[in-house]
Amino acid sequence: MFQYLKPVFAALSAATLAVSLAGAAQAKVDGDTIILGAALSFTGKYKTNGKHTKNGYELAVKKVNEMGGIKVGGKSYKLKVIYYDDESTPARGAQLVERLIKQDGVQFMLGPYSSGLTKAMAPVTEKYKIPMVEGNGASRSLFNKGYKYLFAVLSTSEQYLAEAINLAAQEALAAGKDPAELKLALAMENDPFSQDIRAGVLDDAQTHSMNVVIDDKLPKELNDMTVTLTKIRALKPDILVVSGHSKGAATAVRQMMEQKVDVPMFAITHCEAADVVGKFGPGAEYTLCATQWAETMTYKDEYFGSASDYAKLFEKEYGYVPPYQAAESTASVLVWVDALQRANSFDTGKLRDALSATEMQTFYGNIKFDETGKNIAKPMVLRQIQGGQYKVVAPTKWASDKLIHPRPKWSER
Amino acid sequence: MGNLEILLQAPIFSVQLLIDGLLVGSIFALAAYGMALLWGVMNIINISQGDYVILGGYVTLTLYNAGIHPLFGVPVAALVLFIVGWAIYRAVIFRVVDRDLFISILATFGISILLQQLMDQIFGADIQSAESGLGQIFLFDSQVTVSQIKLVAFAVVVVVGVALVLFFKKSRMGQAIRATAQNARAARLMGINTDRVYAMTFALNAALCGAAGALVVMTWVIQPFIGLAYTIRSFMIVVVAGLGNIAAVVAAALGLGAAEQFAAFLLGAEFQIGFVFGLLVVILLVRNMFLKRQRQVLK
Repeated sequence: MFQYLKPVFAALSAATLAVSLAGAAQAKVDGDTIILGAALSFTGKYKTNGKHTKNGYELAVKKVNEMGGIKVGGKSYKLKVIYYDDESTPARGAQLVERLIKQDGVQFMLGPYSSGLTKAMAPVTEKYKIPMVEGNGASRSLFNKGYKYLFAVLSTSEQYLAEAINLAAQEALAAGKDPAELKLALAMENDPFSQDIRAGVLDDAQTHSMNVVIDDKLPKELNDMTVTLTKIRALKPDILVVSGHSKGAATAVRQMMEQKVDVPMFAITHCEAADVVGKFGPGAEYTLCATQWAETMTYKDEYFGSASDYAKLFEKEYGYVPPYQAAESTASVLVWVDALQRANSFDTGKLRDALSATEMQTFYGNIKFDETGKNIAKPMVLRQIQGGQYKVVAPTKWASDKLIHPRPKWSER
Repeated sequence: MGNLEILLQAPIFSVQLLIDGLLVGSIFALAAYGMALLWGVMNIINISQGDYVILGGYVTLTLYNAGIHPLFGVPVAALVLFIVGWAIYRAVIFRVVDRDLFISILATFGISILLQQLMDQIFGADIQSAESGLGQIFLFDSQVTVSQIKLVAFAVVVVVGVALVLFFKKSRMGQAIRATAQNARAARLMGINTDRVYAMTFALNAALCGAAGALVVMTWVIQPFIGLAYTIRSFMIVVVAGLGNIAAVVAAALGLGAAEQFAAFLLGAEFQIGFVFGLLVVILLVRNMFLKRQRQVLK
């Protein structure tokens, strides 16, 4: 019976082709609307953060449009973003970016969530010479490939916890001790992101000539850190640094609490994503958490006002406190707005040059790209959990509260 | 080998590693025994094994969020998963039971993907855990800590293990399952409804995984896509222990659990899984040598 269907198939495929050609003809600017494109994770393991990213983008689009849009060549334009679901898989992400460029004619790309997805998409945008501004790919391997069209507003991963080392050194000096006497323990997941963090921490530890006594690489399917904690009990390091996304954060905080392991300083990533305060309450106290951004920072811009204004607006709109993943996504859109206005053109070449010359302050922080496309104007922030609240304690310039150091022993709490 | 020195100077830490290893191994033993059962009776290697474990965890988590103590999750998760297992058998597995092993691997792989995505949709992709509220036991001047929930898990495994042995020895269904495992055709000729036996076996396996999942969510953390680790671990234990002998499965699980902890301590956490896989290869080689020797005698 398939032979009768053949003409139907032929007609169908011809129709599909026609539609896709028509799609390709649709330009990056549709009437008075500038079309941006993004492949985000709406399903799969990154869907929570995919949602934060989308909300961040949408809030920026809404605000910019409300305030009259963007002026390019004397004409006002509104913004719109086309989204696809990359299912949290890199291969799908790369396909979708190609589709955004070739079929939907998108020439202004926004980044996906996670370094892995960004790594899969960057070669595609590079091939078609389409600029991509991203706020959720921090791996430093994104910035040593010589990409010309990739711009990241966030601090790269090797900076995530390096600040903790400097903080420990400061504390040691203040207590009249030599930072070189400090013993350092690392437990980092064996993936590119955490290993970048490890490299950054080791660099800073070396400048203070600290002694690394434990350097465990946690397996990806990690759910138990007992062995590493046993080593910590044996070797008594002064600083413990852990990184392993939400899973690592939850596991480390929980098992430190359960097994009553004492360390003077304990720093991790992904506290907010793992909701360590909500889950473990007092057990999470005094933990140092690395964050890209905090709503108590004093940065400002013309669209959102201060960081805390942004946080209020976001919460009103979406019903939850914005995590930094949302803030850096909003900032990515603001960078596009700024570049489009300065370039005063839709030419991707001119836009690329305008992006690379970016020097601005947003509610998210200062943004200035180096030649590899990463933001070098914004430091990472360390917050300590004090009384169930996240309090900024480093860098000292932006700190709102004082570090409690050393962590009180479990037996004294 | 600085780490070896620590163990030699302070042997107390080996006690910690040993206890943890044995208790961790006991949780894996449950899922592994289910896998051995399925493999032995139905000749199915169940790739979705770990996803039943995680699903059991989510059942427990749902109870926990409703304010019920997560320990009740052990029987409830087992019951819910028994029903889920039965349904999956009736929907999919009965079509692949007598087919090639490869077909059943594909089918269960598909079920695994489906379950992961459903759990992702229903429970979200975030890391979750349930607090049992049980404390720690501190031994030897607080040098060794044993979490009580792991002890409870161990007790649950022992009870379930004994119950299973009794079930297979004494009950009609247990005997029917054993008969079917030995020779399905002969069992059918003797009037055993093998289709029902298969359904029962599959559901029983899912129930065991569900109970294991309840223990996992109280001991560690769960997430919809973390099941594969449990599938692989079960597979390894079964390969080492062989099919159909619960004592061997438990022994292999405990042994691997302890070996893993020592390997992670001495070699570093990155070699924990690698060491277990290396051990698996060695065990397979050794077993193969012994089998060859027997075959030579038969010639």
